[in-house]
Amino acid sequence: MVTVLRRLNVDVYYPKEQTCCGQPAFNTGYWDEARTLATRYCEIFAEADAIVSPSGSCTAMVRNFYPELLGKANQTTAHTYEFAEFLVKKLGVTDVGAKFSARVTYHDACHALRELRLKDEPRQLLRNVKGVELIEMDQAETCCGFGGTFSVKFPMISYAMDEVKVTSIQKTGAQYVVSTDSSCLMQIDGYLRRQNLPIKTISLAEVLAAT
Amino acid sequence: MTTPTLEQFKHDAAEKTADLHHRAVIQKAIATYDAAVARGRLRFADWQNARSHAAAIKWETINHLDRYLEQFERNVLANGGHVFWAETAEDARVHVLQLARQHGVEKVVKSKSMTTEEIHLNDALEVAGIHTVETDLGEYICQIRGEPPYHIVTPVMHLTKADIARTFQQKLGAPLTDSAEELTMIARARLRQEFLTADMGITGANFAIADTGMVAITENEGNARLSFSLPRVHVAIVGIEKLIPSFEDLALFWPLLSASGTGQAITAYSSLIGGPRQERETDGPREFHVILLDNGRTRLLADAEQRDALHCIRCGACLNACPIYKNVGGHAYGTTYQGPIGSVITPHLRDAEEWSHLPYASSLCGACTDVCPVRIDLHHHLLHNRRNAVQNKFDDPIQRLLFRIWLATMQSPMAYAVASRLGNLALRLGIAQRLLKPWTATREFPTPPKQSFKDYWRQHGRRA
Repeated sequence: MVTVLRRLNVDVYYPKEQTCCGQPAFNTGYWDEARTLATRYCEIFAEADAIVSPSGSCTAMVRNFYPELLGKANQTTAHTYEFAEFLVKKLGVTDVGAKFSARVTYHDACHALRELRLKDEPRQLLRNVKGVELIEMDQAETCCGFGGTFSVKFPMISYAMDEVKVTSIQKTGAQYVVSTDSSCLMQIDGYLRRQNLPIKTISLAEVLAAT
Repeated sequence: MTTPTLEQFKHDAAEKTADLHHRAVIQKAIATYDAAVARGRLRFADWQNARSHAAAIKWETINHLDRYLEQFERNVLANGGHVFWAETAEDARVHVLQLARQHGVEKVVKSKSMTTEEIHLNDALEVAGIHTVETDLGEYICQIRGEPPYHIVTPVMHLTKADIARTFQQKLGAPLTDSAEELTMIARARLRQEFLTADMGITGANFAIADTGMVAITENEGNARLSFSLPRVHVAIVGIEKLIPSFEDLALFWPLLSASGTGQAITAYSSLIGGPRQERETDGPREFHVILLDNGRTRLLADAEQRDALHCIRCGACLNACPIYKNVGGHAYGTTYQGPIGSVITPHLRDAEEWSHLPYASSLCGACTDVCPVRIDLHHHLLHNRRNAVQNKFDDPIQRLLFRIWLATMQSPMAYAVASRLGNLALRLGIAQRLLKPWTATREFPTPPKQSFKDYWRQHGRRA
């Protein structure tokens, strides 16, 4: 992400005191704990023009749920963007000059898709990568089954969902499955490796950084 | 905290997710449904606008429910019907049994109604010695199999034609057949006799119309129409959230319900019941009774945050969209209302602690919210229910402690850095994998990165 942003002459800064947005606590019902981290986030990132995250899930937490958690939206929550969203919607860039020779399929991370409404943006970026052949899977919008603590509380359901997802990925004949969110990719990769399947996972940011 | 209900859910979920045949059957059924619904929505000039309009009407109704319920009651009474307000499931059951005794009822025919499932009416009738027959084909199959409905719209979604043929052979002594038409005729021949000899017809209601005092019923088999028109007494059991303000609202709600429920433009039979047989009429029931059922709904009504869950028109779209439902199926939930809407409302309608696990049985993917025709914020309400569970201390104390430790770590960049390094070490030594056994039992945990982002930044951060 840093490589791509710098390629596009964006001044990147990384506040080292940052930790977690609080989503694991929030989604498990621990709103007081999450609120503490939400307040912390808003203080740490108060000075930034834009806060960019390689995760639809973290971004949705900040932009969609912080206002509910904190009782109001603010400049920091409003200026937090998912990486693909930032490139396409804020910078107006759909070709980042990347090169990646492979057949890929794209997995819609639920929060990028349904909380942030990012459907075309990541695909536009992917299609403009030299060498990428994007093959759509039939269940691109179906959840991979991660869902944070859900995948530990109900591993059998989470695993069945993973299986549905990977079956759909396999049918495309893709070499790589690409997504905005590393948690989805971890879930999918965990299944692929356990089953010794030759498909690899890679984040959209890594594809866009490749030259 | 763990409860027998949670253990049962985990047990059933494990069994159903391991049953690949079962998953294939429901996923095929839902794929057929998806194709039909996609066509159904295209009949609307603007589906999203229709949803918003329906949500606005329901919002108005639910936020002034007292007024609309009283208006509905006045109009039912003016039409010559009777209204009974049932606060609990038991109140409703007792009232039905009283009516049955009063009218010397020996046989009841029922059309499909989730509300009667919710109050376990069939059991109460059978215990009282009243023969009760489900007349919706799917419900009839459930009844003779002794199973609850698998899905609020499609009671036997989990059965194939061959399963149904075997059920008819075993329970009814019917010859085996692979023809859907023959199977339907087997049920039809039996049900016709039941309609003709029943003393009371019990139905639910898809909508209760405040300004006319009418009950609207949607169906595809004509069995509901026979159930309420042939017997001497008709009892409609109506959840109080089924109100719509005006007769004209049906112009939107009927097609909206059928588009989302089955993909149809409108269901094959759409009936309006405006009261008992009138003086110059020659058929229809002598008495028309409406039972308005609360059974926990006013608790949900009092919760301003989740009140919109009472918008629900029971179309089943959220079940069909739900990747959890698609893999565990309807029976695993153990509730009358399955899937996302069930996980939202059940902790409110029933014991909040006993059912506190259902809102957690979701990956929060949001597919349910996207398809809801009345725009209920389903997956966000699952989050609200989780927060309520924690506030009420229904959570596991160990989990609570872990989140406290986690928070302390996340508040300190130093502790966070140490924890990251320890985490990486635990991964390398294989300790983390063992701690995350539920997850790693079936999947490989990622290998730790060679370099953390923080280390990368230390090297490259100042370049620009």
